[in-house]
Amino acid sequence: MASRRGEPSEPYILVRDVTYRYPGPPGGEPVLALDRVGFRVYRGEFVAVLGRNGSGKSTLARLLNALLLPQEGEVRVDGLDTRDPANLWAIRDRVGMVFQNPDNQIVAAVVEEDVAFGPENQGLPPEEIRRRVEEALAAVGLTALRDRPPHLLSGGQKQRLAIAGALALRPACLVLDEPTAMLDPRGRAEVMATVTRLREEAGVAVVLITHFMDEAARADRVVVMDRGRVVLEGSPREIFAQADRLRALHLDLPPVVALAAELRAAGVPVPPGILTLDELVEALCRLS
Amino acid sequence: MFNITLGQYYPGRSFLHQVDPRTKILATLVYSVFIFLVKEPEGFYLVAGFALLAMAASRIPPLTLIRGLRPILIFLVITLAFNAFMTPGETLWGWGPFRVTREGLAFGGLMALRLVLLVLVTSLLTLTTTPIALTDGLERLLRPFQRLGLPAAELALMMTIALRFVPTLFDEAQRILRAQQARGARLRVRGPLAQMQALLPILVPLFVAAFRRADELAVAMEARGYRGGRGRTRMRELRYTWRDGVTALAVAAFAAGVVYLRLLAG
Repeated sequence: MASRRGEPSEPYILVRDVTYRYPGPPGGEPVLALDRVGFRVYRGEFVAVLGRNGSGKSTLARLLNALLLPQEGEVRVDGLDTRDPANLWAIRDRVGMVFQNPDNQIVAAVVEEDVAFGPENQGLPPEEIRRRVEEALAAVGLTALRDRPPHLLSGGQKQRLAIAGALALRPACLVLDEPTAMLDPRGRAEVMATVTRLREEAGVAVVLITHFMDEAARADRVVVMDRGRVVLEGSPREIFAQADRLRALHLDLPPVVALAAELRAAGVPVPPGILTLDELVEALCRLS
Repeated sequence: MFNITLGQYYPGRSFLHQVDPRTKILATLVYSVFIFLVKEPEGFYLVAGFALLAMAASRIPPLTLIRGLRPILIFLVITLAFNAFMTPGETLWGWGPFRVTREGLAFGGLMALRLVLLVLVTSLLTLTTTPIALTDGLERLLRPFQRLGLPAAELALMMTIALRFVPTLFDEAQRILRAQQARGARLRVRGPLAQMQALLPILVPLFVAAFRRADELAVAMEARGYRGGRGRTRMRELRYTWRDGVTALAVAAFAAGVVYLRLLAG
Protein backbone atom coordinates (compact mmCIF):
# COMPACT_ATOMS: atom_id res chain seq x y z
CA MET A 1 0.00 0.00 0.00
CA ALA A 2 1.29 3.41 -0.86
CA SER A 3 1.55 5.79 2.04
CA ARG A 4 -0.67 8.82 2.32
CA ARG A 5 1.47 11.43 0.72
CA GLY A 6 -0.90 14.37 0.48
CA GLU A 7 -0.82 17.11 3.11
CA PRO A 8 -4.31 18.23 4.15
CA SER A 9 -3.81 21.50 2.29
CA GLU A 10 -2.72 19.77 -0.90
CA PRO A 11 -5.31 18.60 -3.40
CA TYR A 12 -6.15 14.90 -3.23
CA ILE A 13 -6.51 14.78 -6.99
CA LEU A 14 -4.46 17.14 -9.09
CA VAL A 15 -5.00 17.55 -12.83
CA ARG A 16 -2.36 19.80 -14.35
CA ASP A 17 -2.35 21.12 -17.94
CA VAL A 18 -3.93 17.99 -19.32
CA THR A 19 -4.61 17.64 -23.01
CA TYR A 20 -6.48 14.68 -24.44
CA ARG A 21 -7.45 13.86 -28.01
CA TYR A 22 -9.63 11.03 -29.22
CA PRO A 23 -8.72 9.44 -32.53
CA GLY A 24 -10.92 11.05 -35.16
CA PRO A 25 -12.61 9.38 -38.12
CA PRO A 26 -10.25 7.35 -40.33
CA GLY A 27 -8.04 9.75 -42.21
CA GLY A 28 -9.46 12.71 -40.26
CA GLU A 29 -8.11 14.93 -37.54
CA PRO A 30 -8.07 13.70 -33.92
CA VAL A 31 -10.82 15.25 -31.80
CA LEU A 32 -9.58 17.53 -29.05
CA ALA A 33 -11.52 16.60 -25.89
CA LEU A 34 -9.45 18.38 -23.24
CA ASP A 35 -7.29 21.41 -23.89
CA ARG A 36 -4.73 22.14 -21.14
CA VAL A 37 -7.18 21.55 -18.33
CA GLY A 38 -6.37 22.24 -14.70
CA PHE A 39 -8.58 20.75 -12.01
CA ARG A 40 -8.25 19.79 -8.38
CA VAL A 41 -10.24 17.94 -5.76
CA TYR A 42 -9.53 18.30 -2.04
CA ARG A 43 -10.27 15.67 0.59
CA GLY A 44 -13.93 15.55 1.55
CA GLU A 45 -14.91 18.18 -0.98
CA PHE A 46 -18.02 18.16 -3.19
CA VAL A 47 -17.23 19.44 -6.68
CA ALA A 48 -19.82 19.67 -9.43
CA VAL A 49 -18.71 19.73 -13.06
CA LEU A 50 -21.10 21.35 -15.54
CA GLY A 51 -20.97 21.72 -19.28
CA ARG A 52 -22.99 20.88 -22.33
CA ASN A 53 -22.55 17.68 -24.33
CA GLY A 54 -19.07 17.31 -25.75
CA SER A 55 -17.54 19.85 -23.37
CA GLY A 56 -15.06 17.26 -22.09
CA LYS A 57 -16.67 16.49 -18.70
CA SER A 58 -16.76 12.71 -19.15
CA THR A 59 -13.22 12.63 -20.50
CA LEU A 60 -12.08 14.54 -17.42
CA ALA A 61 -13.91 12.02 -15.19
CA ARG A 62 -12.17 9.09 -16.83
CA LEU A 63 -8.77 10.67 -16.31
CA LEU A 64 -9.34 10.82 -12.55
CA ASN A 65 -8.97 7.06 -12.03
CA ALA A 66 -6.66 6.19 -14.89
CA LEU A 67 -9.33 4.81 -17.22
CA LEU A 68 -7.76 7.32 -19.61
CA LEU A 69 -4.19 8.59 -19.36
CA PRO A 70 -3.17 12.19 -20.09
CA GLN A 71 -1.39 12.68 -23.41
CA GLU A 72 0.08 15.94 -22.14
CA GLY A 73 0.27 17.23 -18.59
CA GLU A 74 -0.21 15.04 -15.55
CA VAL A 75 -2.83 13.62 -13.20
CA ARG A 76 -1.91 12.75 -9.61
CA VAL A 77 -4.14 10.94 -7.17
CA ASP A 78 -2.96 11.07 -3.56
CA GLY A 79 0.44 11.90 -5.00
CA LEU A 80 0.43 8.91 -7.37
CA ASP A 81 1.07 9.61 -11.06
CA THR A 82 -1.64 7.91 -13.17
CA ARG A 83 0.79 7.32 -16.03
CA ASP A 84 2.89 4.94 -13.95
CA PRO A 85 1.38 1.44 -14.54
CA ALA A 86 2.61 0.36 -11.09
CA ASN A 87 0.14 2.81 -9.51
CA LEU A 88 -2.88 1.65 -11.50
CA TRP A 89 -4.63 -0.53 -8.89
CA ALA A 90 -3.73 1.76 -5.99
CA ILE A 91 -5.43 4.60 -7.89
CA ARG A 92 -8.54 2.56 -8.74
CA ASP A 93 -8.86 1.70 -5.02
CA ARG A 94 -8.72 5.39 -4.12
CA VAL A 95 -11.10 6.79 -6.72
CA GLY A 96 -14.41 4.99 -7.24
CA MET A 97 -16.55 5.56 -10.29
CA VAL A 98 -20.25 5.48 -11.04
CA PHE A 99 -21.52 5.75 -14.60
CA GLN A 100 -24.67 6.97 -16.25
CA ASN A 101 -26.42 3.72 -17.18
CA PRO A 102 -27.08 1.72 -14.02
CA ASP A 103 -27.78 -1.46 -15.99
CA ASN A 104 -24.39 -1.57 -17.65
CA GLN A 105 -22.25 -1.46 -14.52
CA ILE A 106 -23.83 -4.23 -12.47
CA VAL A 107 -21.89 -7.45 -12.92
CA ALA A 108 -23.45 -10.08 -10.70
CA ALA A 109 -26.90 -11.67 -10.62
CA VAL A 110 -27.47 -10.91 -6.91
CA VAL A 111 -27.22 -7.50 -5.18
CA GLU A 112 -24.70 -8.44 -2.47
CA GLU A 113 -22.51 -10.32 -4.89
CA ASP A 114 -22.29 -7.32 -7.13
CA VAL A 115 -21.08 -5.21 -4.20
CA ALA A 116 -18.48 -7.92 -3.51
CA PHE A 117 -17.06 -7.68 -7.05
CA GLY A 118 -14.52 -4.92 -6.27
CA PRO A 119 -13.13 -6.44 -3.05
CA GLU A 120 -12.99 -9.84 -4.78
CA ASN A 121 -10.81 -8.26 -7.45
CA GLN A 122 -8.51 -7.01 -4.72
CA GLY A 123 -8.08 -10.57 -3.52
CA LEU A 124 -9.29 -9.84 0.03
CA PRO A 125 -10.13 -12.74 2.37
CA PRO A 126 -13.85 -13.71 2.42
CA GLU A 127 -14.54 -12.35 5.93
CA GLU A 128 -13.12 -8.95 4.99
CA ILE A 129 -15.19 -8.92 1.76
CA ARG A 130 -18.30 -9.69 3.79
CA ARG A 131 -17.56 -6.85 6.21
CA ARG A 132 -17.12 -4.38 3.38
CA VAL A 133 -20.27 -5.54 1.61
CA GLU A 134 -22.29 -5.05 4.83
CA GLU A 135 -20.82 -1.62 5.29
CA ALA A 136 -21.39 -0.50 1.69
CA LEU A 137 -24.96 -1.86 1.57
CA ALA A 138 -25.80 -0.08 4.81
CA ALA A 139 -24.26 3.16 3.51
CA VAL A 140 -26.63 3.26 0.52
CA GLY A 141 -29.60 1.75 2.37
CA LEU A 142 -29.89 -1.47 0.36
CA THR A 143 -29.30 -3.99 3.14
CA ALA A 144 -32.89 -5.23 2.95
CA LEU A 145 -32.60 -5.96 -0.78
CA ARG A 146 -29.30 -7.84 -0.61
CA ASP A 147 -30.66 -11.11 -2.03
CA ARG A 148 -32.55 -9.57 -4.95
CA PRO A 149 -31.57 -10.00 -8.57
CA PRO A 150 -30.57 -6.54 -9.85
CA HIS A 151 -33.07 -6.46 -12.72
CA LEU A 152 -35.91 -6.29 -10.18
CA LEU A 153 -34.57 -3.06 -8.63
CA SER A 154 -35.82 0.42 -9.55
CA GLY A 155 -33.51 2.80 -11.43
CA GLY A 156 -32.63 4.70 -8.25
CA GLN A 157 -31.94 1.46 -6.39
CA LYS A 158 -29.73 0.21 -9.22
CA GLN A 159 -27.73 3.40 -9.14
CA ARG A 160 -27.38 3.16 -5.35
CA LEU A 161 -26.16 -0.41 -5.89
CA ALA A 162 -23.54 0.93 -8.31
CA ILE A 163 -22.49 3.44 -5.63
CA ALA A 164 -22.24 0.61 -3.06
CA GLY A 165 -20.09 -1.35 -5.52
CA ALA A 166 -17.67 1.58 -5.71
CA LEU A 167 -17.78 2.16 -1.93
CA ALA A 168 -16.81 -1.42 -1.14
CA LEU A 169 -13.30 -0.49 -2.29
CA ARG A 170 -13.30 2.23 0.42
CA PRO A 171 -12.33 5.05 -1.93
CA ALA A 172 -11.42 8.52 -0.66
CA CYS A 173 -13.14 10.04 -3.68
CA LEU A 174 -16.21 9.09 -5.68
CA VAL A 175 -16.55 10.27 -9.27
CA LEU A 176 -20.12 10.17 -10.58
CA ASP A 177 -20.58 10.68 -14.32
CA GLU A 178 -24.16 11.89 -14.79
CA PRO A 179 -25.50 9.30 -12.37
CA THR A 180 -29.06 10.67 -12.44
CA ALA A 181 -29.42 11.28 -16.18
CA MET A 182 -31.46 8.12 -16.78
CA LEU A 183 -33.52 8.23 -13.58
CA ASP A 184 -37.01 9.48 -12.77
CA PRO A 185 -37.36 12.35 -10.25
CA ARG A 186 -37.70 9.94 -7.34
CA GLY A 187 -34.60 8.01 -8.36
CA ARG A 188 -32.70 11.26 -8.74
CA ALA A 189 -33.69 12.35 -5.24
CA GLU A 190 -32.63 8.95 -3.80
CA VAL A 191 -29.22 9.10 -5.44
CA MET A 192 -28.59 12.72 -4.46
CA ALA A 193 -29.59 12.04 -0.86
CA THR A 194 -27.19 9.07 -0.77
CA VAL A 195 -24.33 11.08 -2.24
CA THR A 196 -24.87 13.99 0.16
CA ARG A 197 -25.02 11.67 3.15
CA LEU A 198 -21.85 9.82 2.14
CA ARG A 199 -19.97 13.05 2.00
CA GLU A 200 -21.26 14.28 5.33
CA GLU A 201 -20.97 11.01 7.24
CA ALA A 202 -18.05 9.22 5.64
CA GLY A 203 -16.13 12.28 4.45
CA VAL A 204 -15.86 10.90 0.91
CA ALA A 205 -14.90 13.54 -1.64
CA VAL A 206 -17.44 13.72 -4.48
CA VAL A 207 -16.96 14.79 -8.08
CA LEU A 208 -20.41 15.03 -9.63
CA ILE A 209 -20.68 15.48 -13.37
CA THR A 210 -24.18 16.58 -14.15
CA HIS A 211 -26.65 18.33 -16.42
CA PHE A 212 -28.92 19.27 -13.54
CA MET A 213 -28.30 22.72 -12.13
CA ASP A 214 -30.16 22.05 -8.88
CA GLU A 215 -27.73 19.19 -8.18
CA ALA A 216 -24.76 21.45 -8.85
CA ALA A 217 -26.22 24.09 -6.50
CA ARG A 218 -25.57 21.72 -3.58
CA ALA A 219 -21.83 21.46 -4.27
CA ASP A 220 -19.02 23.28 -2.46
CA ARG A 221 -17.50 24.27 -5.75
CA VAL A 222 -18.74 24.34 -9.34
CA VAL A 223 -16.51 23.94 -12.37
CA VAL A 224 -17.97 24.81 -15.78
CA MET A 225 -16.41 23.36 -18.90
CA ASP A 226 -16.80 24.32 -22.53
CA ARG A 227 -14.98 22.96 -25.58
CA GLY A 228 -12.43 21.07 -23.54
CA ARG A 229 -11.51 23.95 -21.25
CA VAL A 230 -12.47 25.04 -17.76
CA VAL A 231 -14.24 28.36 -18.33
CA LEU A 232 -15.75 29.15 -14.93
CA GLU A 233 -14.95 28.06 -11.43
CA GLY A 234 -16.27 29.14 -8.05
CA SER A 235 -18.89 28.60 -5.38
CA PRO A 236 -22.42 27.87 -6.64
CA ARG A 237 -23.41 31.37 -5.52
CA GLU A 238 -20.68 32.98 -7.61
CA ILE A 239 -21.38 30.82 -10.62
CA PHE A 240 -25.15 31.14 -10.70
CA ALA A 241 -24.94 34.91 -10.26
CA GLN A 242 -23.57 35.03 -13.82
CA ALA A 243 -26.80 34.27 -15.61
CA ASP A 244 -25.78 35.82 -18.91
CA ARG A 245 -22.46 34.03 -19.01
CA LEU A 246 -24.18 30.68 -18.31
CA ARG A 247 -26.74 31.31 -21.01
CA ALA A 248 -23.92 31.95 -23.48
CA LEU A 249 -22.53 28.53 -22.49
CA HIS A 250 -25.95 26.95 -23.15
CA LEU A 251 -26.52 26.23 -19.47
CA ASP A 252 -29.60 27.03 -17.43
CA LEU A 253 -29.95 28.45 -13.97
CA PRO A 254 -31.11 26.19 -11.13
CA PRO A 255 -34.93 26.47 -10.93
CA VAL A 256 -34.87 28.45 -7.67
CA VAL A 257 -32.26 30.90 -8.96
CA ALA A 258 -34.23 31.34 -12.18
CA LEU A 259 -37.43 31.96 -10.18
CA ALA A 260 -35.68 34.55 -8.02
CA ALA A 261 -34.42 36.31 -11.15
CA GLU A 262 -37.90 36.40 -12.66
CA LEU A 263 -39.37 37.77 -9.45
CA ARG A 264 -36.73 40.48 -9.50
CA ALA A 265 -37.56 41.29 -13.11
CA ALA A 266 -41.23 41.51 -12.16
CA GLY A 267 -40.40 44.13 -9.55
CA VAL A 268 -40.29 42.00 -6.40
CA PRO A 269 -37.24 43.16 -4.41
CA VAL A 270 -35.60 39.75 -3.90
CA PRO A 271 -31.98 40.01 -2.71
CA PRO A 272 -29.25 38.53 -4.96
CA GLY A 273 -27.35 35.31 -4.21
CA ILE A 274 -30.36 33.08 -3.52
CA LEU A 275 -29.58 29.41 -4.15
CA THR A 276 -32.00 27.17 -2.29
CA LEU A 277 -35.74 27.00 -1.88
CA ASP A 278 -35.43 27.72 1.87
CA GLU A 279 -33.47 30.90 1.21
CA LEU A 280 -36.06 32.08 -1.29
CA VAL A 281 -38.93 31.38 1.09
CA GLU A 282 -37.13 33.25 3.85
CA ALA A 283 -36.45 36.25 1.60
CA LEU A 284 -40.07 36.38 0.46
CA CYS A 285 -41.37 36.17 4.03
CA ARG A 286 -39.22 39.12 5.02
CA LEU A 287 -40.90 41.32 2.42
CA SER A 288 -43.64 43.26 4.02
CA MET B 1 -40.22 -5.60 -16.01
CA PHE B 2 -40.44 -9.37 -16.15
CA ASN B 3 -39.65 -11.67 -13.31
CA ILE B 4 -38.27 -14.44 -15.44
CA THR B 5 -36.22 -17.15 -13.81
CA LEU B 6 -33.44 -18.88 -15.60
CA GLY B 7 -33.15 -22.60 -15.47
CA GLN B 8 -35.84 -24.26 -13.45
CA TYR B 9 -34.85 -23.77 -9.83
CA TYR B 10 -37.57 -24.96 -7.45
CA PRO B 11 -37.12 -23.01 -4.19
CA GLY B 12 -36.94 -25.16 -1.06
CA ARG B 13 -34.95 -26.19 1.99
CA SER B 14 -34.88 -29.95 1.46
CA PHE B 15 -31.91 -32.23 2.14
CA LEU B 16 -30.95 -32.15 -1.53
CA HIS B 17 -31.32 -28.35 -1.72
CA GLN B 18 -28.74 -28.03 1.02
CA VAL B 19 -26.18 -30.40 -0.44
CA ASP B 20 -23.12 -28.57 -1.76
CA PRO B 21 -23.39 -27.89 -5.53
CA ARG B 22 -20.01 -29.59 -6.10
CA THR B 23 -21.31 -32.80 -4.54
CA LYS B 24 -24.48 -32.66 -6.60
CA ILE B 25 -22.62 -32.06 -9.86
CA LEU B 26 -20.22 -34.94 -9.22
CA ALA B 27 -23.02 -37.27 -8.07
CA THR B 28 -24.99 -36.50 -11.25
CA LEU B 29 -21.91 -37.23 -13.34
CA VAL B 30 -21.28 -40.56 -11.61
CA TYR B 31 -24.94 -41.53 -11.97
CA SER B 32 -24.99 -40.65 -15.69
CA VAL B 33 -21.98 -42.86 -16.35
CA PHE B 34 -23.04 -45.82 -14.21
CA ILE B 35 -26.57 -45.93 -15.58
CA PHE B 36 -25.07 -47.05 -18.89
CA LEU B 37 -23.01 -49.81 -17.25
CA VAL B 38 -26.18 -51.51 -16.03
CA LYS B 39 -27.43 -54.34 -18.21
CA GLU B 40 -29.11 -56.80 -15.82
CA PRO B 41 -32.70 -56.34 -14.68
CA GLU B 42 -31.51 -56.44 -11.03
CA GLY B 43 -29.27 -53.50 -11.81
CA PHE B 44 -32.28 -51.50 -12.83
CA TYR B 45 -33.77 -51.87 -9.37
CA LEU B 46 -30.59 -50.25 -8.12
CA VAL B 47 -30.64 -47.36 -10.62
CA ALA B 48 -34.35 -46.77 -10.12
CA GLY B 49 -33.97 -47.06 -6.35
CA PHE B 50 -31.25 -44.44 -6.29
CA ALA B 51 -33.34 -42.08 -8.44
CA LEU B 52 -36.37 -42.54 -6.16
CA LEU B 53 -34.23 -41.87 -3.09
CA ALA B 54 -32.88 -38.66 -4.67
CA MET B 55 -36.40 -37.58 -5.62
CA ALA B 56 -37.60 -38.17 -2.06
CA ALA B 57 -34.63 -36.18 -0.69
CA SER B 58 -35.53 -33.22 -2.92
CA ARG B 59 -39.15 -32.89 -1.66
CA ILE B 60 -40.16 -31.72 -5.11
CA PRO B 61 -43.72 -32.76 -6.03
CA PRO B 62 -43.51 -35.84 -8.32
CA LEU B 63 -45.88 -34.16 -10.76
CA THR B 64 -43.43 -31.31 -11.29
CA LEU B 65 -40.72 -33.85 -12.01
CA ILE B 66 -42.87 -35.86 -14.39
CA ARG B 67 -43.90 -32.73 -16.25
CA GLY B 68 -40.19 -32.20 -16.93
CA LEU B 69 -40.21 -35.41 -19.00
CA ARG B 70 -42.56 -34.01 -21.63
CA PRO B 71 -39.82 -32.78 -23.98
CA ILE B 72 -38.28 -36.27 -24.22
CA LEU B 73 -41.59 -38.09 -24.81
CA ILE B 74 -40.96 -38.39 -28.55
CA PHE B 75 -37.50 -39.88 -27.93
CA LEU B 76 -39.02 -42.41 -25.57
CA VAL B 77 -41.58 -43.54 -28.16
CA ILE B 78 -38.92 -43.83 -30.88
CA THR B 79 -36.55 -45.75 -28.60
CA LEU B 80 -39.25 -48.17 -27.56
CA ALA B 81 -40.63 -48.74 -31.08
CA PHE B 82 -37.23 -49.05 -32.71
CA ASN B 83 -36.05 -51.69 -30.23
CA ALA B 84 -39.36 -53.55 -30.19
CA PHE B 85 -39.34 -54.00 -33.96
CA MET B 86 -35.66 -54.45 -34.63
CA THR B 87 -34.65 -57.00 -31.98
CA PRO B 88 -34.81 -60.63 -33.14
CA GLY B 89 -36.60 -63.10 -30.84
CA GLU B 90 -39.98 -64.57 -29.96
CA THR B 91 -42.65 -62.84 -32.03
CA LEU B 92 -45.57 -61.39 -30.08
CA TRP B 93 -47.32 -59.60 -32.90
CA GLY B 94 -46.57 -59.35 -36.57
CA TRP B 95 -47.77 -57.51 -39.63
CA GLY B 96 -46.07 -58.20 -42.90
CA PRO B 97 -42.32 -57.88 -42.48
CA PHE B 98 -42.72 -56.05 -39.18
CA ARG B 99 -42.80 -58.06 -35.96
CA VAL B 100 -42.67 -57.06 -32.33
CA THR B 101 -40.55 -59.41 -30.22
CA ARG B 102 -40.64 -60.10 -26.48
CA GLU B 103 -36.90 -59.45 -26.23
CA GLY B 104 -37.29 -56.24 -28.19
CA LEU B 105 -40.02 -54.95 -25.90
CA ALA B 106 -37.98 -55.81 -22.81
CA PHE B 107 -34.83 -54.20 -24.17
CA GLY B 108 -36.63 -51.14 -25.48
CA GLY B 109 -38.42 -50.76 -22.17
CA LEU B 110 -35.13 -50.79 -20.29
CA MET B 111 -33.60 -48.24 -22.68
CA ALA B 112 -36.59 -45.95 -22.22
CA LEU B 113 -36.42 -46.38 -18.44
CA ARG B 114 -32.74 -45.48 -18.55
CA LEU B 115 -33.53 -42.26 -20.41
CA VAL B 116 -36.35 -41.37 -18.02
CA LEU B 117 -34.16 -41.90 -14.96
CA LEU B 118 -31.27 -39.97 -16.48
CA VAL B 119 -33.46 -36.96 -17.23
CA LEU B 120 -35.12 -37.15 -13.80
CA VAL B 121 -31.83 -37.17 -11.91
CA THR B 122 -30.15 -34.46 -13.98
CA SER B 123 -33.22 -32.25 -13.63
CA LEU B 124 -33.05 -32.79 -9.87
CA LEU B 125 -29.66 -31.06 -10.04
CA THR B 126 -31.04 -27.95 -11.74
CA LEU B 127 -34.27 -28.01 -9.72
CA THR B 128 -32.51 -27.97 -6.35
CA THR B 129 -29.55 -25.72 -7.23
CA THR B 130 -29.73 -22.03 -8.15
CA PRO B 131 -27.87 -21.09 -11.35
CA ILE B 132 -25.51 -19.02 -9.19
CA ALA B 133 -24.69 -21.97 -6.92
CA LEU B 134 -24.18 -24.12 -10.02
CA THR B 135 -21.71 -21.58 -11.39
CA ASP B 136 -19.89 -21.45 -8.05
CA GLY B 137 -19.75 -25.23 -7.90
CA LEU B 138 -18.42 -25.56 -11.45
CA GLU B 139 -15.79 -22.91 -10.81
CA ARG B 140 -14.52 -24.71 -7.69
CA LEU B 141 -14.52 -28.08 -9.45
CA LEU B 142 -12.61 -26.70 -12.45
CA ARG B 143 -10.13 -24.74 -10.33
CA PRO B 144 -7.53 -27.54 -10.19
CA PHE B 145 -7.40 -27.46 -13.99
CA GLN B 146 -6.39 -23.79 -13.93
CA ARG B 147 -2.81 -24.95 -13.71
CA LEU B 148 -3.28 -26.65 -17.08
CA GLY B 149 -4.41 -23.36 -18.58
CA LEU B 150 -8.16 -23.73 -18.16
CA PRO B 151 -9.54 -20.27 -17.30
CA ALA B 152 -11.97 -21.48 -14.62
CA ALA B 153 -12.45 -18.10 -12.90
CA GLU B 154 -13.06 -16.34 -16.21
CA LEU B 155 -15.53 -19.00 -17.32
CA ALA B 156 -17.43 -18.62 -14.06
CA LEU B 157 -17.51 -14.84 -14.41
CA MET B 158 -18.78 -15.21 -17.98
CA MET B 159 -21.60 -17.42 -16.76
CA THR B 160 -22.43 -14.95 -13.98
CA ILE B 161 -22.58 -12.03 -16.40
CA ALA B 162 -24.71 -14.06 -18.79
CA LEU B 163 -27.13 -14.88 -15.96
CA ARG B 164 -27.16 -11.24 -14.93
CA PHE B 165 -27.94 -9.93 -18.43
CA VAL B 166 -30.47 -12.44 -19.72
CA PRO B 167 -33.43 -10.66 -18.04
CA THR B 168 -32.06 -7.26 -19.14
CA LEU B 169 -31.72 -8.35 -22.76
CA PHE B 170 -35.13 -10.03 -22.59
CA ASP B 171 -36.69 -6.71 -21.52
CA GLU B 172 -34.83 -4.99 -24.29
CA ALA B 173 -36.02 -7.49 -26.90
CA GLN B 174 -39.62 -6.81 -25.81
CA ARG B 175 -39.06 -3.09 -26.12
CA ILE B 176 -37.54 -3.40 -29.59
CA LEU B 177 -40.38 -5.69 -30.62
CA ARG B 178 -42.96 -3.11 -29.63
CA ALA B 179 -40.99 -0.32 -31.30
CA GLN B 180 -40.79 -2.27 -34.56
CA GLN B 181 -44.46 -3.19 -34.40
CA ALA B 182 -45.27 0.47 -33.92
CA ARG B 183 -43.45 1.08 -37.21
CA GLY B 184 -45.51 -1.55 -38.93
CA ALA B 185 -43.14 -4.52 -38.83
CA ARG B 186 -44.99 -7.75 -39.56
CA LEU B 187 -43.87 -10.58 -37.31
CA ARG B 188 -46.53 -13.22 -37.85
CA VAL B 189 -45.67 -14.67 -41.22
CA ARG B 190 -45.76 -18.18 -42.63
CA GLY B 191 -42.78 -20.33 -43.52
CA PRO B 192 -39.53 -20.78 -41.64
CA LEU B 193 -37.52 -18.58 -43.98
CA ALA B 194 -40.01 -15.73 -43.84
CA GLN B 195 -40.14 -16.05 -40.07
CA MET B 196 -36.37 -15.74 -39.78
CA GLN B 197 -36.49 -12.66 -41.99
CA ALA B 198 -39.24 -11.20 -39.83
CA LEU B 199 -37.03 -11.60 -36.76
CA LEU B 200 -34.12 -9.68 -38.25
CA PRO B 201 -35.45 -6.22 -37.33
CA ILE B 202 -35.47 -7.37 -33.71
CA LEU B 203 -32.22 -9.31 -33.60
CA VAL B 204 -30.03 -6.69 -35.26
CA PRO B 205 -30.81 -3.84 -32.83
CA LEU B 206 -30.64 -6.30 -29.93
CA PHE B 207 -27.12 -7.37 -30.89
CA VAL B 208 -25.97 -3.81 -31.49
CA ALA B 209 -27.28 -2.82 -28.06
CA ALA B 210 -25.65 -5.85 -26.45
CA PHE B 211 -22.26 -4.85 -27.84
CA ARG B 212 -22.70 -1.31 -26.55
CA ARG B 213 -23.61 -2.68 -23.12
CA ALA B 214 -20.58 -4.98 -23.17
CA ASP B 215 -18.34 -2.02 -23.89
CA GLU B 216 -19.70 0.00 -20.98
CA LEU B 217 -19.63 -3.00 -18.67
CA ALA B 218 -15.97 -3.61 -19.47
CA VAL B 219 -15.10 -0.02 -18.50
CA ALA B 220 -17.13 -0.30 -15.29
CA MET B 221 -15.41 -3.59 -14.40
CA GLU B 222 -12.03 -2.02 -14.99
CA ALA B 223 -12.96 0.93 -12.79
CA ARG B 224 -13.73 -1.56 -10.02
CA GLY B 225 -10.28 -3.05 -10.27
CA TYR B 226 -10.96 -6.13 -12.40
CA ARG B 227 -7.65 -7.51 -13.60
CA GLY B 228 -8.48 -11.02 -14.72
CA GLY B 229 -9.12 -14.13 -12.67
CA ARG B 230 -5.65 -14.28 -11.16
CA GLY B 231 -5.49 -13.40 -7.48
CA ARG B 232 -9.26 -12.92 -7.29
CA THR B 233 -10.99 -14.22 -4.18
CA ARG B 234 -14.69 -14.93 -3.65
CA MET B 235 -16.96 -13.69 -0.91
CA ARG B 236 -19.03 -16.83 -0.80
CA GLU B 237 -17.20 -19.93 0.21
CA LEU B 238 -18.56 -23.38 -0.33
CA ARG B 239 -18.44 -25.67 2.69
CA TYR B 240 -19.06 -29.38 2.84
CA THR B 241 -21.42 -30.53 5.59
CA TRP B 242 -22.60 -33.89 6.89
CA ARG B 243 -25.13 -33.88 4.05
CA ASP B 244 -22.31 -34.12 1.56
CA GLY B 245 -20.87 -37.07 3.46
CA VAL B 246 -24.22 -38.86 3.36
CA THR B 247 -24.63 -38.10 -0.35
CA ALA B 248 -21.10 -39.29 -1.15
CA LEU B 249 -21.72 -42.53 0.75
CA ALA B 250 -24.99 -43.14 -1.08
CA VAL B 251 -23.32 -42.54 -4.45
CA ALA B 252 -20.41 -44.82 -3.52
CA ALA B 253 -22.81 -47.59 -2.42
CA PHE B 254 -24.73 -47.22 -5.67
CA ALA B 255 -21.58 -47.39 -7.78
CA ALA B 256 -20.25 -50.38 -5.85
CA GLY B 257 -23.60 -52.15 -6.30
CA VAL B 258 -23.55 -51.61 -10.06
CA VAL B 259 -19.97 -52.88 -10.33
CA TYR B 260 -20.78 -55.91 -8.14
CA LEU B 261 -23.72 -56.88 -10.35
CA ARG B 262 -21.55 -56.57 -13.44
CA LEU B 263 -18.96 -58.87 -11.93
CA LEU B 264 -21.64 -61.40 -10.91
CA ALA B 265 -22.94 -61.45 -14.46
CA GLY B 266 -19.37 -62.12 -15.55
